[in-house]
Amino acid sequence: MGQIVQYIESYLNTKGLTPGYAGNMFWVVVYIMLVFAGLSVAVIAMNWLERKILAHMQVRLGPMRVGPHGLLQPIADAIKLLLKEDIMPAEADGLVFWMAPLIVVLAAFTVFVVVPFGPEHAITDMNIGILFMLGVSSLSVLGIVMAGWASNSHYPLIGALRSSAQMVSYEVAMGLAVVSAILMTSLNATGTGTLSMIGIVQAQLAQGEWFIFKFFPLGLIAFFIFAVAMVAETNRAPFDLAEAESELTAGFHTEYSGFRWSLFFLAEYSAMIAVSSIAVTLWLGGWLRPFPNLLSGTPWNQIFSLVPGVTFLFFAAICFYNTARMPKHPLFRVQTIGLAGFGAVLGLVGLILFIPPVSMRVQDIFWFSAKVAGFMYLYIWYRGTFPRYRFDQLMQMGWKVLLPMGLGVLLCTGAVGLRSEIWNQVLVPLWQRL
Amino acid sequence: MTDPNSTLTPLDLETPEKPFLDANELVINMGPQHPATHGVLRVILRLDGEKVLGLECVIGYLHRGVEKIGEHRTYTMFNPYVDRMDYVAAVSNGLGYCETVEKLLNVEAPARAQHVRVILTELNRIASHQLWLGTHALDIGAITPLFYTFRDREEILKIYEKYCGARLTTHAFRIGGLQYETYTGFEKEVKNFLTFFRPKIDEYEELLTTNRIWVERTKNVGRISAQDCIALGVTGPVLRASGVKWDLRKAQPYANYKNFDFEIPIGENGDTYDRYLVRMAEMRQSVRIIEQAVNALPEGPIMAKVPKVMKPAAGEVYHSIEAPKGELGYFIVSDGSTQPYRVRVRPPSFVNLQALDKMCRGQLVADVIAVIGTLDIVLGEVDR
Repeated sequence: MGQIVQYIESYLNTKGLTPGYAGNMFWVVVYIMLVFAGLSVAVIAMNWLERKILAHMQVRLGPMRVGPHGLLQPIADAIKLLLKEDIMPAEADGLVFWMAPLIVVLAAFTVFVVVPFGPEHAITDMNIGILFMLGVSSLSVLGIVMAGWASNSHYPLIGALRSSAQMVSYEVAMGLAVVSAILMTSLNATGTGTLSMIGIVQAQLAQGEWFIFKFFPLGLIAFFIFAVAMVAETNRAPFDLAEAESELTAGFHTEYSGFRWSLFFLAEYSAMIAVSSIAVTLWLGGWLRPFPNLLSGTPWNQIFSLVPGVTFLFFAAICFYNTARMPKHPLFRVQTIGLAGFGAVLGLVGLILFIPPVSMRVQDIFWFSAKVAGFMYLYIWYRGTFPRYRFDQLMQMGWKVLLPMGLGVLLCTGAVGLRSEIWNQVLVPLWQRL
Repeated sequence: MTDPNSTLTPLDLETPEKPFLDANELVINMGPQHPATHGVLRVILRLDGEKVLGLECVIGYLHRGVEKIGEHRTYTMFNPYVDRMDYVAAVSNGLGYCETVEKLLNVEAPARAQHVRVILTELNRIASHQLWLGTHALDIGAITPLFYTFRDREEILKIYEKYCGARLTTHAFRIGGLQYETYTGFEKEVKNFLTFFRPKIDEYEELLTTNRIWVERTKNVGRISAQDCIALGVTGPVLRASGVKWDLRKAQPYANYKNFDFEIPIGENGDTYDRYLVRMAEMRQSVRIIEQAVNALPEGPIMAKVPKVMKPAAGEVYHSIEAPKGELGYFIVSDGSTQPYRVRVRPPSFVNLQALDKMCRGQLVADVIAVIGTLDIVLGEVDR
């Protein structure tokens, strides 16, 4: 008992703690559970948001029946999927078929071990964090290949082949873009680069600019390469050839149904969140709020600490506005009350976020999530806008466009970063010798 | 002229595919239940990886014996059946049938009826092209245009519903003219639709015409030369996209198309992108025709004098019109009784589908989908 109290105290005393050492096993377990739950909620929310946003882009309403404005639709879907019959094709390879979704989900969730939601809000801080993330997230290819092969059917096989070829190709360009961002971290005052996710964000804080703006336009190009490659990595539109509905019905998970299928779904969305987190950490300043150096000082800190609460209050206001607009009809009573209740919950959260200790503590989580949410919106936007690439065009894009671009950006970043050294130690001696 | 398909090596489906992992070749059944075959088309694909070595179409899953039914119905009774062939262009089917029987009976529909027929048929051409655009874009992976086109197609269907009570299988025309006078406000609504629809075409084009991915997916995909088109009997936008200026509305004017001023858009390369551009231009031309027709709508009777019981003199007649998908022809043999001796339909989709193998050989699986979409087939019409 005493030990538990000590654990809790050790956490509450945050001074000088880094996440890797913040805790002890107890807090690590709590963090893992929080991240897992948060991620699941995010996937559920993403499910609803995708359907709604896509629907509004396509001049329709989207889910409207289950709950007010379809808010309970993802839950209804989850229940439906759980209750569905679990079908395994007779000719399938049972063990591999069973393992494939597990591997995909494990790979998608494990990467969040190193995602820094804040300087103190991470499960752990590995010194090879970014490598770990890239490595583990690429393991999901294995699961996809297994799923395609074990289904023992043509369409899943072609889907799995496409998807694995695609992910392997785009990993190269993605890696080069990541390396150029890591090179930028070595321009700190200390002069040592870092692979730690937290270190990368702190480097951006120390250098006073997000890496997307560093060495303009080099940072921007590297970010662009990553932003394209990450869509391809997650098999999303316009690179969703692996599950191209019009060609391969559903790609590698054609034969999956019920809960197994929902595991693939879960993995797809958490992989999207994971790669977006990498992009946010590497180029968009991770948990940093806008202008941390320019607008520093207590008054600005105070003002920015209000933003999370205001955001939630804004969403609550939208809910209340739409509650007022609900049809005044007995049939809509439950829905109206539900929407008002949802708005009240959002408003309450917003009010809680105004309490100074809380608001200071969740600042970083809020900014991180907001940036990731921006990427999620981009994903939906792509899906609503773009047709699908063909397989050979996809490969061409990966190997003939993104890879040379990545190499070029890497070389240029190195050259610009070392420009004073090159000038002093190569060009000047050469000039003197001449 | 030699059959272009005869130069293609026939698809060997008898030899079983080689064992799974050392084989390069894979035989895949696409359809009859497949989201991109526009109904119940079954395509047997022989693939080398993603490359198409050859394909064979298996049709007949939607065969309802429309032609045979025609032999057991009177001329009037058979009229609604033709709507069920190309169900997205039912009005055009009806026009073709009515005109053929009128030719057999030697009657001509009055001017007002002709005008209304042109208006409704051209509206139908727009509706059919909208459906084509939506599904074609959906096949290539762009989901959004589908909803835009369906939203706008709804306005056309509303006009149909107000005119004759049905939205899809309209049975809008009668042999000898029209059964119904246009409803009050018909002209105004059609004009409203035209002003509503003109910017919508730009909206579709904005989404696709210069979209890099769309252009890459459609340029040089499913090319077919003008000679091959003619040899295979391919008609409609597919033929015109290959550069042949052949449109029955100009070539053998029927209804009163000769009174209207419009152009025949043609393409150059005969690829999927050109077919897309041709159809988009055709929608604009249809708007032009409807505008002229609705502004010059004459007053007068809507029905010619036709006998209550039709007994055309023994003989045969072939008449064809330019349906949205190509040349739609009816060949009717009369033995002097109340029922046709034989009704034969020349459906554009069925003939155009022949070109699929020619267009797809050597291309990728994804292109097969694009080509099926661009041929704009309706299985109800292919199988009849």
